[in-house]
Amino acid sequence: MTKEKDIGYYPGCTLNTVARGFDTSTRESAKILGINLKELSQWNCCGAVYPLTPDNLMGVAGAAKVLSAAEKEGERLTTLCSFCFNVLKRTKTGLDRDEERRRVVNDFHEIDYSGGVKVLHFLEVLKEDVGFGKIKESVKTPLKGLKLAPYYGCMLLRPFEEVGIDDHENPTIFEDFLATLGCEVVRYPKRIDCCGAHISVSEKEIVAVMSGNVLLSAFRNGAEALITSCPLCLYNIERSEEALVKREPAFKPIPVVYFSQILGLALGQDRESLGFERNMYDFRPLLKSKGL
Amino acid sequence: MKIKIGVKDLRSEFIDLIQRITGEEIALCYQCGNCTAGCPAAFAMDIAPHHVVRLLQLGHEETVLDANSMWICVSCLQCYSRCPKNVDISRIMEGLRQMSLRKGIDKVEIKQLPVDILSDSPQQALVAGFRKLVN
Repeated sequence: MTKEKDIGYYPGCTLNTVARGFDTSTRESAKILGINLKELSQWNCCGAVYPLTPDNLMGVAGAAKVLSAAEKEGERLTTLCSFCFNVLKRTKTGLDRDEERRRVVNDFHEIDYSGGVKVLHFLEVLKEDVGFGKIKESVKTPLKGLKLAPYYGCMLLRPFEEVGIDDHENPTIFEDFLATLGCEVVRYPKRIDCCGAHISVSEKEIVAVMSGNVLLSAFRNGAEALITSCPLCLYNIERSEEALVKREPAFKPIPVVYFSQILGLALGQDRESLGFERNMYDFRPLLKSKGL
Repeated sequence: MKIKIGVKDLRSEFIDLIQRITGEEIALCYQCGNCTAGCPAAFAMDIAPHHVVRLLQLGHEETVLDANSMWICVSCLQCYSRCPKNVDISRIMEGLRQMSLRKGIDKVEIKQLPVDILSDSPQQALVAGFRKLVN
């Protein structure tokens, strides 16, 4: 394994608990693809949302501490959860361009973050470090016949000038990734719309409509499963399926799975390690029906 | 009737404060409505995103603060992404929320939340929700 493929890894709180399958499936695929994911020896919560009022420095304190820990252990940091990625990358951009803010945060934590770490989403690592061509060569079980819909949501793309991993209106990285695994990629209009995010704690019914709109858009375009990179998207969408059946009797619930579970499946990883049993709508019967 | 609104007309303590804490300039919006058209949550708002900005321009701050719009906004940034004037409405919404939260008026009482929300939600939902909705 080459030294260049070493990369710091920040799991974040949700992947350490409810989204464990997202974490374990990725660690295993990374090994197969020759990426050495080195989990940070110490980390804390990123804060989940980037504060949108610039005077709120407390809101970036947690993420700054993670960045500081990461730059001690390497030049690059990757994460899987879209929220963590968004917060870490925006915090980095905000602190790197403003010395005064950096000084205040450094003094507060008694750390010395200097801006020396690059933040990447794992999809970017797959595209740039490994290359989709090499992933294609490593596929042992092409996902032939599966119609999968990639769901970007908001945090991977916006704000485009700070975090966007691809074009903010017409991204293709997720589609290109899925295509390398041999499945049929479903294109649908609402792939960059928000699922409702954190208002699931206060406005369940509104989230059910927002997530339902995304789901229905994917379903009407032929999706047999929705693929995500965010545990909160997965949670909101899975929990909107029942309400959507009532709203649209033609709709049949479809599984929602993480992109790393799909990757692991195609790379021939041990099925038990992929965490499909944790999904609310079981993905395995669909696989069986396609002879996979 | 022709209404002309310039930066000078937009001086009030409220507007100054909201512009200061958000870094946004309210007068830049020319009401094209792209934000509302793209907003996935607008259907549930008392006042649509572009109307929130219009009401602020016209000095109706109470109407805006009494509406649910700022609490429904999920900060997905679709509005900002599509704004031809680069106005970040998600920041204005956050500024409005902060006006309430910084006075100690919360949207959600944590103790009153149903147990299933506290036990089922992924951590990121709780952390994000409490940061946005609780002082």
